[in-house]
Parts: sequence; structure tokens; C-alpha cells
Amino acid sequence: MKKHLFSVAVATSVLMAGTSVAQADLLDDVMERGYVQCGVTEGLPGFSNPDDNNEWTGLEVDYCRALAAAIFDDPDAVRYTPLTTAVRFESLSNGNVDVLSRTTTWTMSRDTDLGLSFAGVTYYDGQGFIVRSADGVTSALELDGAAVCIQSGTTTELNATDYFAANGMDASNFLTFASRPETVQAYIEGRCDTYTTDASGIAGDRTKFDVPGDHIILPEIISKEPLGPAVRSGDTRWFNITRWVLNAWLGAEELGVTSANVDEMLESENPEIRRLLGVEGDFGAPIGLSADWAYNIVKQVGNYGESYEANVGPSTPLGLDRGLNALWTNGGLHYPMPIR
Amino acid sequence: MSDLLFVRDHIQPPLPAPHRTSGVVLWLRTNLFSSVPSTIVTILAVLFLYWIIPPLYGFLIGDAVFSDPEGLRGEACRFEGVGACWVMIQGRWNTIIYGFFPNSELWRINLMFVIAIVLLVPMLVPKAPFGRTAALLFFLVFPVVAFILMSGGILGLRQVPTAQWGGLTLTLIISVIGITVSMPLGIFLALGRQSKLPIIKGFCVGFIEVWRAVPLITVLFMASVMFPLFTPQGVTPDTLLRAIIGIVLFESAYMAEVVRGGLQAIPRGQFEASSALGLSKVKTMVFVVLPQALKHVIPGIVNTFIALFKDTSLVTIIGLFELLNTVRSAARDVNWSSPTSDITGYVFAGFMFWIFCFGMSRYSIYMEGRLHTGHKR
Repeated sequence: MKKHLFSVAVATSVLMAGTSVAQADLLDDVMERGYVQCGVTEGLPGFSNPDDNNEWTGLEVDYCRALAAAIFDDPDAVRYTPLTTAVRFESLSNGNVDVLSRTTTWTMSRDTDLGLSFAGVTYYDGQGFIVRSADGVTSALELDGAAVCIQSGTTTELNATDYFAANGMDASNFLTFASRPETVQAYIEGRCDTYTTDASGIAGDRTKFDVPGDHIILPEIISKEPLGPAVRSGDTRWFNITRWVLNAWLGAEELGVTSANVDEMLESENPEIRRLLGVEGDFGAPIGLSADWAYNIVKQVGNYGESYEANVGPSTPLGLDRGLNALWTNGGLHYPMPIR
Repeated sequence: MSDLLFVRDHIQPPLPAPHRTSGVVLWLRTNLFSSVPSTIVTILAVLFLYWIIPPLYGFLIGDAVFSDPEGLRGEACRFEGVGACWVMIQGRWNTIIYGFFPNSELWRINLMFVIAIVLLVPMLVPKAPFGRTAALLFFLVFPVVAFILMSGGILGLRQVPTAQWGGLTLTLIISVIGITVSMPLGIFLALGRQSKLPIIKGFCVGFIEVWRAVPLITVLFMASVMFPLFTPQGVTPDTLLRAIIGIVLFESAYMAEVVRGGLQAIPRGQFEASSALGLSKVKTMVFVVLPQALKHVIPGIVNTFIALFKDTSLVTIIGLFELLNTVRSAARDVNWSSPTSDITGYVFAGFMFWIFCFGMSRYSIYMEGRLHTGHKR
């Protein structure tokens, strides 16, 4: 009996020790492990999807790569864990992943109830409308009385109804369908003039149309879906790293620092650039990283704008305009906090 | 003498031709047009085939895209009336078969497949030599070799974490482990359920009833999401391992009930006869009862195997990239998106599953025939 008690006590103390160390500082764990564990989608075009060579690519994958570049100076020091919507928060809270970069909308209840913290916003998504360009519609406000295909019982349906009501438009021709594929199919078959869901999702669907160029996504975004990386609450240093990696990634674009010119920029006289690249002051030490952490991000991964263009921008099959995702200086919403 | 003469003065008329006993026309007549209803059914069937075959042929072969010389990827499958986009399967072949395994290490999986085939052929073909040796090697040595080849980390092999396993390889790994482990477990559970010892019996009944009453998706969710909550951070067992254990326990409960069905078919006389011969309880089970019982339930066992093989695609929901998920991920890639990429992926995945399940089914029929000892009606 004594023996049993002893082993139970040992086991418990080992468990407790393990837990407290793990909770104390994730950065040390990550450093020791040698890679970042990043939770991604099981495949969403432009955001995270494996390519022909099994390399994960996408805007949200690039965020993980930026994180790894800042910590290890190696953007490939990431292990990707594909997570379904159903298991994503549990996987983050039980420590399967260090950061969740998986098209997760930042909402208050998630921020407060689930024990996670959002580092910022990587992509401002929202509900949009797609129309046939032959119809000549250029704004969602011209959709008065249009036949709109919607998936029934979703917030999408409520948003569209509200939007039509708020703008005094006739919403009597809404057609609802049980599933997303049915909704898209109905639009393809011409049963409705438009269908509505998240704009990034519409862009993904559009690549499967016979002639994607014949359809345009209207510029109006009628709901707020700020997507961003999330971490477990409680580890301030790790949270700061994830937040400032995002700010540096965006800030580099704001300051015109790209992967191509980052080495020349080291000579720049601009104090903001000098601080960003670690030439002046040390902004790495407070978050436990080297002084040139942001230089490594830009050098190895590029800035936010470069990733956007490569993964979801107008030149890719998704063809999403910057819109809300432009920098604040260009009329968008991305406003990187100053590094100083 | 002259009246004895017989002179044929006219040609004998030819006899009517005998009824045909072979030939196409007769076969058609007896099998397809023997009666009015039969004729109607035949005509309807022909019309159905006429209706279904040309579009199927067009989609799968005629209008399908087999080659992509210009490297257009998805764009190669974007034209009016396009059929299946087979180039997508071709372009993603490595992922579909090997998952995310590093390209330089693919020989390890190939070697594992070759060893498996070399061992399986003598094991499964009754006439081939070394059957027993092959079986021993397959069940005792091969798992170790396969694990070393897949996982690496020793003997100078690069380590490949299980997160990078995927595709058909992962489907086969899960189902082979599931089949080989759930079978003996199921037999033990079935025997335990018939035990007279209340604890053993109670445990087996409880185990079977609990696992059989829970949907496999729930089991997988519990294994992947709930289980790590009970362990400290940093020591969570591998996701794949947890999923496999979940599948094995789940399927062994089904297997136990199938085997129990076989045990119940064995008449009491068999037990009494072997007692009379002085066989111990264990020997009675191993040499008299189980061989007969298992033979009776081959269809049920194979049914469970096939169900297990197809159920492996459920691991998709915990983020593992087995065959179906790799095919879907190919279709989701914008570089491969085309009007038919989704359906091409599903058709291909369905075909792959069908090949393996059909193979198992035919093999079981063959074994039933071979083990046929006069019980069959």
C-alpha cells in the first residue's frame, strides 16, 4: 500500500511539474523543441492548403512561417497540424498547437470564454455578393428585388435580410438552400442573380466555375469576420511575440520594406525602419528574441503585402482585391502598431 | 431377281434442321426473349444502358483530360463539356499515395509495400510454400520493420513524424493494424462473454455494449480532443496512435459479436466429443470449436473488415490526411480547381476504396470455397 501511495505521489508531482513548466513559458518550450506547432485548416485555398510538393502554402501559413522566422531565423521550422472546425479550440487549449492560424473569427465570446487571446487580424473577411458581370451590376445596392441564393438557417441569411431591410431593398426573392454546394449549384444553373457568403469563400467557389472571369464579387462587405491568429491566454511573452510578429509583418509593408530590398534598407536613415530591422535599439530582448527578429521575417517570408499578392491577391486564381485588407494609408483597415 | 432391285427414283426430301442447342440466337431467345415480360425487361435494360453508358464513357474517358503537356494544371480542365480531370490525380499522385512523406524518403514506403506483398502472397495463397514462416514474419517482424521504415529516427533514417503520414499509405496502415489487432481481441471478447466467471463475463459484456453503442466519430473525437485534457501538456500521445487505438477497440467489439454468432452455431456434441477424447478446455477451443466457428462466420468477419476499411476515412474529421482527404485537398487547391475537380476526386477515391474492398470480398469467397467441408447448403 505504501509503495502504491509513493508511486501515485511521484506521478502526481511529475505531472504537476510538467504542467507548471509548460505553462510558465511556451517560448522556452518552442525553442527547445526547435519548431512551432501551427494549427491550420484542412485545406482552404489561399489561406492554408498543401501544394503539389506537400508544402503548406497560404496567407495564414505565411503568418506561421513569419513566426518561425522571427524565433529561429528559419521559416520552415513549423509543423502544421490540420484542424477541423470542431476540434480547433480544444487542440489549442490542450497544447496540440502553439498558435491557431486557422481562419478563426475574432469575437468577444471566443476571446473571453474560451481561454484564448487573439494576436490581431490577418485578414478582414466578411459577407459579400457575387454576380455575373454580364448583368452589369457593380454595387450590392443595385440588388433591389434580385433573386439571392442563401444557405438557410445561417447568420449569412440574417445578415443579408438585415442589409436589404436597412437599405430599403426588396428581399422577397430570396431562395434558401440546405447546404452550401446546393446554393452554389443553384447560382451556376442561373436560378438566382447572386449568392452570398464570406467573400473569401465565394472567391474559392468561383475558381471552380466554367469561366471564373464572367463573375465578379461586389465590393460591399456586409458583415464583419476579422480572421486572426489565436493563442492560449496566460502566457504574456508568447502572446506578445505572436502579436508583434503580426505588427512587424504589416509594418514592413507600411515602410516599404520587402524581401527584395530588406538588405539595402538596413542602411536606411528612416528611424522607423532602423528600429524595425533592429539597427537601432533592441526590440527583440523584451520578447525573448534576437534583435534582428523582424529583419528575419521580411528577409525569409516577405512582408504582408507580398504574401497577400502571392496567395489571395488579384493575380492569383482567387483574385481578391485588397479592399479592407489594404493598409490604412491606402484606405484599408490594417493599421500596424508602431515599433518603438 | 429384278423385283429385288431397289432403285431410288427420287431424292429424299431433306429433314428439317435439328433444334439448335447452342449459338447466339438460341441463347438470346432462351435468356432474353423467352416470354413477353422477359422481352420487355430486356428492352428496358438495353435502353437504360444506352442512356447511361455514353455519358459515363464521355465523362470518364471520352472528354476526360489525361495529359497536361503545357503544365496548365487546373486550367487544362476548363473547357466546354469537360470530363474527369485525371491530370489532377496525376499531378497529386505522390500526395495521394504517400501523404506528406518527404520526397527523398519515399523509397522507405515503397520498400515497406514490397516486403508486405512478398510476405502476404505466401500467407494468403494456400498452395504457396513457406506460408507459416511468412505469417510469423508478417505478424511478428514486419510491424517492427514497417514502423522503423515509416517513422525513422534510427539506423540513420531521417525521422518522419506521424503528422506527415498520409494518403493511401495511412489508410492501409490504419486498416491493416485495425484488422490484425481487432480480430484476436474480438475472439477473446467473444470467448470472455461466454465465460462462467462473472468478472470476465461482466467486463466483456460491458466492453462490447459500451463500444458498440457509441458512434465511431464520437470515439475519434474523444481520442483526439478529450484524451489530451487528462494528460499534462507536452506528453500527449500521438494523434494517429490515439485514433488507431480508438478504431481497434471499436471494431473489436463488432468482431466479438460476429465471432459469438459463430460460436453459437457449434453444436453441443462437438464439446462433448472433444471432452470424451480427453481434450482440455483450451485445446477444445483452439482445435475443435474455433476453426469451425470462424469458418461459419467468414462472411460476417469480412463484412466487418470492409466496414473498417471504409470507416478509416472518418479520421478526416480529426485532421488526418488519409486517402479521401488527400484527394479532397488536391481538389481544393486553387491551382487545380476546375469545374470537375471535386467530382473527379470523389470518383477516384471511390474507385480506390472499391478495389480494396472488392479484393477482400473475392478473397473471402475463395477461402469459403476452400474451407468448404460439407456444411454448406
